[in-house]
Amino acid sequence: MPGYQDVIMAGFGGQGVMLIGNLLAQAGMEQGFNVTFIPVYGAEMRGGTANCTVVLDNLPIGSPLVREPLSTIVLNEPSLAKFQPRLCKNGAQIVNASLIAEDLVDTAIRTVYIPANDMAHKLGNVKLANMVALGAWLRATEALPLQAVQDALRRVVSARHAGLIPVNAAALEAGYDFA
Amino acid sequence: MYRLRLVRNHVPGYGHTGVQKRRGGHRMNTGRMPDRILAKGNEALAYGAVDAGLKCYFGYPITPQNEIPEMLSALLPECGGSFVQAESEVGAVNMLIGAGACGVPAMVSSSSCGISLMQEGISYMAGSHIPGVIVNMARGGPGLGDLGPSQGDYFQAVKGGGHGDHRNLVLAPATAQECYDFMFKALTLAFVYRNPVMILGDAVVAQLKEPVRRVPPAGADTPEYLESLVRDQRIEGYGARGKAAAPRLLKSVYLAEGELAGRNRLLQKKYAEMRGEALFECEDVDDADLVVIAFGSIGRIARSAIRRLPGTGRKVGLFRPITLYPFPEEALRKLAPSRRFLVVEQNIGQMVEDVRLAVNGASPVYWHGVMPGLFIGADELVEPILRALG
Amino acid sequence: MASAKNLRPQGAEKPVFDINPVLSERVTHYCPGCHHGIAHRLVSEVLHELGAADKAILVTSVGCAAFAYDYFNVDCLEAPHGRACAVATGVRRARPEAVVFTYQGDGDMAAIGTAESLHAANRGEKITAVFINNTVYGMTGGQMAPTTLVGQKTTTTLQGRNFHSEGGPIRLAEIMAQLQGVAYAARCALDSVKHVKAAKKAVRRAFDVQIAGLGFGFVELLSGCPTNWHMDPVAANKRIATDMIPVFPLGVFRDVEGE
Repeated sequence: MPGYQDVIMAGFGGQGVMLIGNLLAQAGMEQGFNVTFIPVYGAEMRGGTANCTVVLDNLPIGSPLVREPLSTIVLNEPSLAKFQPRLCKNGAQIVNASLIAEDLVDTAIRTVYIPANDMAHKLGNVKLANMVALGAWLRATEALPLQAVQDALRRVVSARHAGLIPVNAAALEAGYDFA
Repeated sequence: MYRLRLVRNHVPGYGHTGVQKRRGGHRMNTGRMPDRILAKGNEALAYGAVDAGLKCYFGYPITPQNEIPEMLSALLPECGGSFVQAESEVGAVNMLIGAGACGVPAMVSSSSCGISLMQEGISYMAGSHIPGVIVNMARGGPGLGDLGPSQGDYFQAVKGGGHGDHRNLVLAPATAQECYDFMFKALTLAFVYRNPVMILGDAVVAQLKEPVRRVPPAGADTPEYLESLVRDQRIEGYGARGKAAAPRLLKSVYLAEGELAGRNRLLQKKYAEMRGEALFECEDVDDADLVVIAFGSIGRIARSAIRRLPGTGRKVGLFRPITLYPFPEEALRKLAPSRRFLVVEQNIGQMVEDVRLAVNGASPVYWHGVMPGLFIGADELVEPILRALG
Repeated sequence: MASAKNLRPQGAEKPVFDINPVLSERVTHYCPGCHHGIAHRLVSEVLHELGAADKAILVTSVGCAAFAYDYFNVDCLEAPHGRACAVATGVRRARPEAVVFTYQGDGDMAAIGTAESLHAANRGEKITAVFINNTVYGMTGGQMAPTTLVGQKTTTTLQGRNFHSEGGPIRLAEIMAQLQGVAYAARCALDSVKHVKAAKKAVRRAFDVQIAGLGFGFVELLSGCPTNWHMDPVAANKRIATDMIPVFPLGVFRDVEGE
C-alpha cells in the first residue's frame, strides 16, 4: 500500500496525545493526504489513559481504526503494555524513556527510546513531551516533513496559546534531531 | 544516560527511511486543498446543519454526540436560529414536533438511549406529517451499554421505532464528509415527504476526524425552497394566510370509524413513494464472487479488509447501503443471481434480515457480526470474508 | 354536527348573548356541568379582546381537552400526552411572532408532563399555559390524578387517596411561582360568577405577560368534573368551594410586574 501510514498515540490523559494526533492529521491534510484521526478515551476525562489513531493515505481511507499499527508513540508504561504487543511485524515505536523503564521495551522491536519529558523540561515546559515524541516519530517514519507539521501548529493551537507555537516547533525539532 | 535505542539495527531494513516508505515521499501530494477542514463527524454534521439553513436545534447531552449541540449552541444563534438545551430527549423531540409543524428546518440529535426516549414523538411526527431530522450517533446497548460504536439500533431506525405503522427515512454516513452532505439531504427528504428523517451514525463516525469540504453539495436545496414545500400545511397563525383564512390543524388522532384506516392508507402511499429514494455505493461488484454488504463505519472498515485480502484469484466487492430505509433491495436483487453475499454489521444480526428478504433465496447470504461497543480494525474482518469466500 | 346557530334568536326574539368568533359554533363533547366550556370561553374571549386569534397557535394536550382544537378557531397542533409545553417551546422558537398557548389537564401537566412543563416555565418560554385542575383523570374514566385530594375516591383509589402511599395533591401554581422564568402564576376557580370574572382577568394577564415578552404565563383553573365525581353539576360546583379551595388556595402567586 504505497502512501499509507498509521500510528497509535497513547499516554495518560493530559499528556497531550490528542493534540499531537490532531496536529499530525492537520499537517497530513495540508500535505494533500487523506487522513483520519480517531480518539479513544477512558471513561475519565483526566488522568485515565487516552489514545488516538491517525491514518495517512493517498487513497480514500477505509478503516480509521487499526488493530496492529505500523507505528506507535507511547508516553507511559500502561500504553506500552497495551500497544507494544499489538505492533505489526516490522512496526516501530517511539517510547518515552522518561517514564518507561528500559527493560520493558521489547528489544526485537524497532524503537526510538527518547527521554521526551526530560527534553521537554529542558525546553522550559514538561508539557512539550508530546511534541518531542512526535518529532522523533516524524524522523523515524519520514511520513511528513518536519516543516509541514511545524506549519500546521498555527491551525491546531488555539489563538489563546499562539505564543507557545515557537516553543512547540522547537520541541518537534528537538525530537526530530534526537531520532 | 538516554540513548537512541538502536533496535532498528536488529531488524534489517529499518532506518530513517520510514517504517513503510511511501513511494514518492513528501512530493506525492496531489495538490493542496485549502478548502478542506479537519472535522469530526459530529462537527461536520453541525456545519452541514447551519449551511443547509437549519433554524432550530433541540437536544440533551449524551456521549458520543456532544460536539453537535456544543457547536450548534454557538453557530445557530449567529445565523439567526434558535438553540435549546432541552430538559430531556423527550422534551427535545417534542420541541422538534413544534418547530417542524411550523415548517422550519429543525433537528434533534442524540445517541441510542436518548433515541429510545424520542420514539413516542417520532411516531407522532410520522402520524401528523411533520418534517424533522433526528440524528442518532449510536452507542453500544442494550441498556446503558457503553460508549463504543454499535449498529444495534438498525431495527429501531428502519422499522419505525415508535408505536404504530410508521417509517423513518434513514441515512447512514460513513465519513465526516457524508455527515456534512447528508444534513442537506436529510432536510430535503424531511420536507419533500413531511416525514421524520434519521441520520444513523455511530461512535466511530461521530468521533472520527477527517478532511471535510465545507461546500453545499451540488443541487442542495435552499431553506426557502424547503419551507415553501410545506407552505400549505404548516401552522403559523391563520392571519399569515389572510384575515378570513380557515384555521389549520396538525394531528395524528383519528377516532371516527374508518378515519384511521384512511390515514394509514395515506401514509402507506407515501412510504411507497419513498422507495424511489434508495441510495447505495458499490465497489467492484460487477465480476465479484462475493459481495460484502455493510453500512456506515463498518462499511468503510470492510473496504479496508477487502483491500487487504491475500490473493486468492476470487473477487470480492463491496455494497454499502446509504439509505437503510428505503433499503436498496432492488439493486441487491439484481446482483443476486451469480454472487454470494456476506453481511457484516456491528450487532447480533439485523440488516441481514433485510438482505435475505431482498435476495429472497436467490443466492446464499452469510453473516458476520461484530459485537456492539468494540472498536475493530480491518484485520478482524479479513478472516470472515475469506471464510465466506469458501 | 350540532351547531350553536340553532340557538340563535328566531323571529322577533332579541339576542341577549352570543359567542365570540374565536370560539367555534360546535356543540362540545364535554359532559353536562363540566367547566371546560367556561374555560374555553374565557380563553377565547381574551384572544378576541387582544385581537390575537389570527396569530395564535394552540398546542393541545391529551385528556378531555384533547379535542379543544374543534372549539378554537385558531391554528392548532396536537401534542403527545404531557408534552404540550415542549411542543409549544418548539413552536415559539420557530414562530417568534405568534401567540402560543397550551391547554392542559392535571394528569397531562402535573403528572406525565411535569418535567416538560416546569422546564419550559423555568426557561421563561414566552408561552401561556392554561391548567385545568379537576382532581381526577376524566377521559380515561376517573382514575387518581396528581391533584386528587387526600381521601378522595377514584377508580384507582377505591378507599380514598391515602397520603401515606399515594402522597398528597400537587399545588402546581405555587411550584410555578418559584421559577424565575415564570412571569405570572395564579390560581382561580370556575365555580361562581365572582370567581369566573377573576379567572378571566388572570387568563388575560397570563397572555399579557407572554405578549409583553416577560416570560411564561400560567393560570390554574379549579374545575368541576360531575361525571367522575359522581355528583350533579350543582353539587360539583359546591365541592370546588368546600373541598378544593381549602387545599388549593386562590390567588396570584407570582407577577413580575407587581414585584
